[in-house]
Amino acid sequence: MSRRTPLYDAHVAAGAKLVDFVGWEMPINYGSQLDEHHQVRSDAGMFDVSHMTVVDVRGRETRQFLSRLLANDVARLQQPGRALYSCMLNESGGVIDDLITYFMDEEWFRMVVNAATRDKGLAWLERQAHESDFRISFTEHLEMAMIAVQGPLARDKVHSCLPADVLDEVTGLKSFSAIQKSGFFIGRTGYTGEEGYEIVLPDRQAAAFWDRLLQAGVKPCGLGARDTLRLEAGMHLYGQDMDEDVTPLECGLGWTVAMQNDRDFIGRAALEKQKADGLQRKLIGLVLEGRGVLRPGQKVVTAEGEGVTTSGSFSPSLQKAIALARIPFAASGECEVEIRGKRLPARIVRPPFVRNGKPCEGM
Amino acid sequence: MSDIPSELRYRESHEWVRDEGDGTAVIGISDHAQEALGDMVFVELPEPGMSYEQGEACAVVESVKAASDIYAPVTGEVIEANSQLEDTPELVNTDPYGEGWLFRIQLSDASELDGLLDADAYAEQAES
Repeated sequence: MSRRTPLYDAHVAAGAKLVDFVGWEMPINYGSQLDEHHQVRSDAGMFDVSHMTVVDVRGRETRQFLSRLLANDVARLQQPGRALYSCMLNESGGVIDDLITYFMDEEWFRMVVNAATRDKGLAWLERQAHESDFRISFTEHLEMAMIAVQGPLARDKVHSCLPADVLDEVTGLKSFSAIQKSGFFIGRTGYTGEEGYEIVLPDRQAAAFWDRLLQAGVKPCGLGARDTLRLEAGMHLYGQDMDEDVTPLECGLGWTVAMQNDRDFIGRAALEKQKADGLQRKLIGLVLEGRGVLRPGQKVVTAEGEGVTTSGSFSPSLQKAIALARIPFAASGECEVEIRGKRLPARIVRPPFVRNGKPCEGM
Repeated sequence: MSDIPSELRYRESHEWVRDEGDGTAVIGISDHAQEALGDMVFVELPEPGMSYEQGEACAVVESVKAASDIYAPVTGEVIEANSQLEDTPELVNTDPYGEGWLFRIQLSDASELDGLLDADAYAEQAES
């Protein structure tokens, strides 16, 4: 039984091609995912991300709890509204999920967790709180919708749709921070590599706000474009680029793990051992030299051994195929990817592939 | 509901054939097929001079979603491929029966056309 967000009717009205996404009926595109991709890189597009999980963690011991739960360090969150991107690990250092945590006040942190991992994620949170007897509470906001507006013109267009008091709060909002005002929770965050906001608001206001954004010239964009945008930006997709069988150190997320001090967190011991033993694998970017499309699960052949693509697609901004791939730690330079029985040359690169709407150097 | 022109013949694998009346035929993929595949990014067309048996894989269309083999709906020799698709593969999406044509073939056996699906039969099979 597929679930629908409060924006379902809006998607149908906009001509969406709807598909099942982890039990939700979501738009994959509204006609052309390539057009939608270019819209976000050059103007402003919006995504219904209401299927994502918004969980508030409250109580005096919240900060202590998160300090132990997350591989990144919530001590970095000192300014109200600041956000932190982190993985949540199991005892073996495997990634349970990646998420963003916002510090609102000392007794209120907000976590935005993937839709696909909702059940697993919530169960893990409850278990960790219970096992260590933290006196905190979790509130999942099922009555809230979420719209991500992204692109160089996104913030201006959102501003033109906000009530005056909310606009006051949002003006001057720093990157990777959020405000809460008059029912709007607005984070200057995103999953596209472009400027923009991710807006959490009550279900019953979502359709009207979506319409205001449409009037302001923001175009609806689906999951197809969402994937090509985030891949170009070098951003990870849980379940493809990482899962419980890999540590953040093996999937290019070492930068999200804070081990400079003695802070104890779940999975730390496993990561320290892995570092001491030497990493065997790493996650890098690939650019296909010629014609063809890279996709997840393709064999990668390097001089140092074999690997596999974890994500892949045709990059509309580069007009070439790109991928993220897990390969032997020592591999670099040229490699080959096996695509439908043929071995095609590809170049190993460091993501991101696109920044500020333009190809990165060497792509 | 996709567009299925009545003057064309179809293969169940979603190729269409237009009999030019001069011993040649033009081949492409249906509106139903382009809609299912999504935005085209590459089209690999057969070389003029190559011959294919009916049912033989002769071309590939690659969309954002997947690569799909195109099967020769009739037997013959390729005499022309749509070179526009090199730079603008999206013509297959926007005009699958017109500017998005794939290649032209010299028919070996025109009677093969009678064995193909007509518009109604293709509609029934494709939309089911």
